[in-house]
Amino acid sequence: MNRKFLATLLLSVAAMTGQAFAHDLRIALQSDADVLDPDQSRTFVGRIVYTSLCDKLVDITPGLKIIPQLATEWSWGDDGKTLTMKLREGVTFHDGEPFNAKAVAYNINRSKTLPESRRKSELASVDSTEVVGDYEIRFHLKQPDATLMAQLADRAGMMIAPQAAEKEGADFGANPVCSGPFKFKERVAQDRIVLTKYDNYWNADKFHFDSVTFLPIPDTTVRLANLRSGDIDMLERLAATDLAAAKADPNLKVEAATSLGYQGITINTGNGEHSKTPLGEDKRLRQALSLSIDRDALNQVVFEGAFQAGNQSISPSSPWYDNSNPVPARDVEKAKALLKEAGYDRLEIEMSVPNNPVQTQVVQVLQAMAAEANIDIKIVSKEFAKLLSDDSSGDFMASQIGWSGRVDPDGNIHAFVTCKAGLNDSGYCNPEVDKLLNAARATSDDEARKKDYDAANAILLDELPIIYLYHEKWIWAMNKKLEGFTAYPDGMIRLENVTYAD
Amino acid sequence: MTDVLDNEANDLLPARSGNRAWKKLKHNRSALLGLILVSFFIVAALAAPILPIADPAATSWSAIRKAPSAAHWLGTDEIGRDILSRMIWGARASLMAGVVSVIVATIIGVPLGLLSGYFGGWIDQVISRITDALLATPFLILAIALAAFLGPNLTNAMIAIGLSAMPKFVRLTRGQVLSVKTEDYVEGARAVGLADFSIISRYILPNVFAPVLVQATLTVATAIIAEASLSFLGLGQQPPDPSWGSMLNVAKNFLTQAPWMAWWPGAAIFLVVLGFNLLGDGLRDALDPREG
Amino acid sequence: MLSYILRRLAIAIPTLILVSMFIFTLQKILPGDPALALAGEERDAAALEFIREKYKLNDPIYEQYLAWAGGALKGDLGISLRTNQPVTELIGQKLPVTIQLAVMAIIIAFIIGIPMGVLSAVKKGTVFDYIANIVALSGLSIPNFWLGIMLILLVSVNLGWLPASGYVSPFIDPLRSLETMIMPAFVLGTALAATLMRHTRSAMLGVLRADYVRTARSKGLGETVVVIKHAFRNALLPIVTMTALLFGELLAGAVLTEQIFTIPGFGKLIVDAVFTRDYAVVQGVVLCTAVGYLLINLVADIVYFLLNPRMRSVL
Repeated sequence: MNRKFLATLLLSVAAMTGQAFAHDLRIALQSDADVLDPDQSRTFVGRIVYTSLCDKLVDITPGLKIIPQLATEWSWGDDGKTLTMKLREGVTFHDGEPFNAKAVAYNINRSKTLPESRRKSELASVDSTEVVGDYEIRFHLKQPDATLMAQLADRAGMMIAPQAAEKEGADFGANPVCSGPFKFKERVAQDRIVLTKYDNYWNADKFHFDSVTFLPIPDTTVRLANLRSGDIDMLERLAATDLAAAKADPNLKVEAATSLGYQGITINTGNGEHSKTPLGEDKRLRQALSLSIDRDALNQVVFEGAFQAGNQSISPSSPWYDNSNPVPARDVEKAKALLKEAGYDRLEIEMSVPNNPVQTQVVQVLQAMAAEANIDIKIVSKEFAKLLSDDSSGDFMASQIGWSGRVDPDGNIHAFVTCKAGLNDSGYCNPEVDKLLNAARATSDDEARKKDYDAANAILLDELPIIYLYHEKWIWAMNKKLEGFTAYPDGMIRLENVTYAD
Repeated sequence: MTDVLDNEANDLLPARSGNRAWKKLKHNRSALLGLILVSFFIVAALAAPILPIADPAATSWSAIRKAPSAAHWLGTDEIGRDILSRMIWGARASLMAGVVSVIVATIIGVPLGLLSGYFGGWIDQVISRITDALLATPFLILAIALAAFLGPNLTNAMIAIGLSAMPKFVRLTRGQVLSVKTEDYVEGARAVGLADFSIISRYILPNVFAPVLVQATLTVATAIIAEASLSFLGLGQQPPDPSWGSMLNVAKNFLTQAPWMAWWPGAAIFLVVLGFNLLGDGLRDALDPREG
Repeated sequence: MLSYILRRLAIAIPTLILVSMFIFTLQKILPGDPALALAGEERDAAALEFIREKYKLNDPIYEQYLAWAGGALKGDLGISLRTNQPVTELIGQKLPVTIQLAVMAIIIAFIIGIPMGVLSAVKKGTVFDYIANIVALSGLSIPNFWLGIMLILLVSVNLGWLPASGYVSPFIDPLRSLETMIMPAFVLGTALAATLMRHTRSAMLGVLRADYVRTARSKGLGETVVVIKHAFRNALLPIVTMTALLFGELLAGAVLTEQIFTIPGFGKLIVDAVFTRDYAVVQGVVLCTAVGYLLINLVADIVYFLLNPRMRSVL
């Protein structure tokens, strides 16, 4: 008894002193990050960690405008074929190495040439870099690329310390050295990633935690339970169905932003032999399937209305959304009529789905809805790794799958529907669409781009290689005492100005 | 109800020594409890098509995750389906998974054990090493990898569980054969030149029967849990068909909002597995000649 | 004796080779392209081809296996495709966690299982025996993952007594470590307690019938003394052997329990690795658990052999 008392006393003393001197911010992530090298990594949660660890040349606002970070100003020249950036002075990497134009040149070169680099396609338009001055760098492009700034606002624009990178090579991820507000301390796979405050950060005053710990907790219920018990301060991706409970909890608060990504049904229209199906060959059947779905009801049933119904690759809340083609209402009669017109009384289709409970729930709702329009969906649940390889090799009729989204609209559409593009699992190919989407890439005039996207959209919504269903919301739940957090549509956690009120 | 029980038991017990064992079993109260539990679920599963219950796949957008009520005795699930109905239909998947995977395990494991024990030599060496290797590989990992290889659905889950449980039957059979092989009557049969096949089927197999039956009953229990575990990881029953494991897999996302979704399938797995365990235990006592 | 051990070790080697070959082949024929699983959303042809080249995924299976086996003999189990960490390092990180969980589970199983087993043997045939037996079988019959979920719901969410997850090493904060591990250990422990109780009961029953116990009784010793001093001590041998075997099984990681409580041990590591096709990790961990399993079996047999003179004639 005495011992227990003593232990409690010691603990509370420790807790009190802890609060007075330091605060560790504990954030639960949905999964573990992969290798912590911005050039090699590929996971979404990895990007969340980088947001605190590695600064980028530019950043975005919640409204998706590009703003300065390590680059303070920039200008386009030579008809969009050169980009000149002025760099922030007095910035150092976590190991003390100074940040300058040479470092940028090194980083861009590494992203483009490291064999393990996954940033090559993102920087494909960059031909070379030119160090103009100590703090001025110029990109020479092969052709104008409107998406480049958005790429530089993400991993392709993250700056790592050249000396450390040179020394470690492909093993850089074991001990990453960047220039962000926090520096790497330790990592235990599937357990935690710990960052500590970098005192020489150029904007250090705006960051108020001595350390940040990221903890992968895959189960949404368990994540929330940890937040409620005070074991963590914040979590990302609260389940939509937990939203009401989290809002009702007096100790918690919730922030949300519509994601840049989408969830939809990819239909095999031209990817190998399996595309030779009625659904793959006749767009009327795809239109019927789309019309049989009540997207609002789907959102209501599975996500308690927390997400956003959608019908395009970008969400209705994006400035790029084509308002002349709003989310269609369900029309069972019209769907049946289209089926008849195509020569079917009933249509049977197969739909692949990753074997996780939420997506399974989504397709079961679709199944019930489509059945009322005489479309029988046979659900084929696949392990995610198999789903990916089947989709890519064309071994599917329809597949429920999504995309995490990119800042520039090009990232949500170009690689999916242009002929033979990398992510074009549908096997869709329409030269007219290619022409429009390529043109939208080549100009930095937003109005002209929007026109091209709208025109491409009109074709895609008629031919439906992908039937878009809804846009997820990023939902963060946090301790009520956490103040100053801003929700961004890219799902990142920016700790600038976030404080802990005592 | 007693008729059902009697038939059930008669099917389960070996014909010859049946009566004596059945008498012993009848006086074993825990075994009887087990029998009742198991029979209850078997009857429910068999009667699913004729019971006055809702369509297990019928959804209702207006009854999402409703607590147990007069309309839905066990409540509704995440897309408004009747949980009672899904529990009853799900009993089919779970019991099938248990029984079929054990059948897979026995029809592969027992012959291998017979071969290995009876012939010895290099056959024994090869079979024993493979058995050792399979036993040294963690059961669930083996089942997960096999189920992932075959593709997630109920049939493949049953095969995967059966194959993973098989080495135990090889070991058991082999041990039993080794102890019977040296008995006088087997030696005698061999001396008069009876063919190996006849010796095995006439003298050895009957002796293997009782322990295999006991092991099989206990393995059904393990297999039902294994199926639930695989479904829990998304490698079992395909939607929208129900199984208790996949119901639990979904339920874990709604623990706070709809805890009943997790209560029922969990309780059902517990009861039916307990039933098989009690029954297997009772059978062991009843069939063991040493016990008084 | 020495020759027996050597013979057992000699048999263990082909077993291990078979295990590794078996798991290797199984993984290689798993559907789903590891390169694709690894590439995530950045999957252009060049990136995929690079991954395949780097991890030698294009080589014939037997060459890949030989390359792996060659490394394994030198103590190099390859690197994780997902995190680039050496597999040996991953095992070094996870093994202590799994061992801690296993030890705690065994302790809980002991505390529940042994007294119950002894009592139920002493009171054989009574209502207590009957109930204890059903309780024990119940422990065996509850799906681990369901019990885990229910405990989280009750203890962490509703009562707020214990953290739902968040493993802490005992070397950093022993109290906190205990707090986070007690529920998963309990979940595992209940099932083990059942097995242990039943073995204790039958071992005790055997011993209680033995002559020396009868003699002790006839000398007029109190029942408690007889049971504890004479009977239990002799029943301990099979119990210890059984415990060793249970421990061996626990090393494989309590897959679902770790999954539910997010404990970064072997079980979670390996399931994640199977699903992301991180084959070097699966391979390494299975090898490691198989070695542990075989060694513990051997040790259990040797202990049994040493402590039980009757067994010697068998060999």
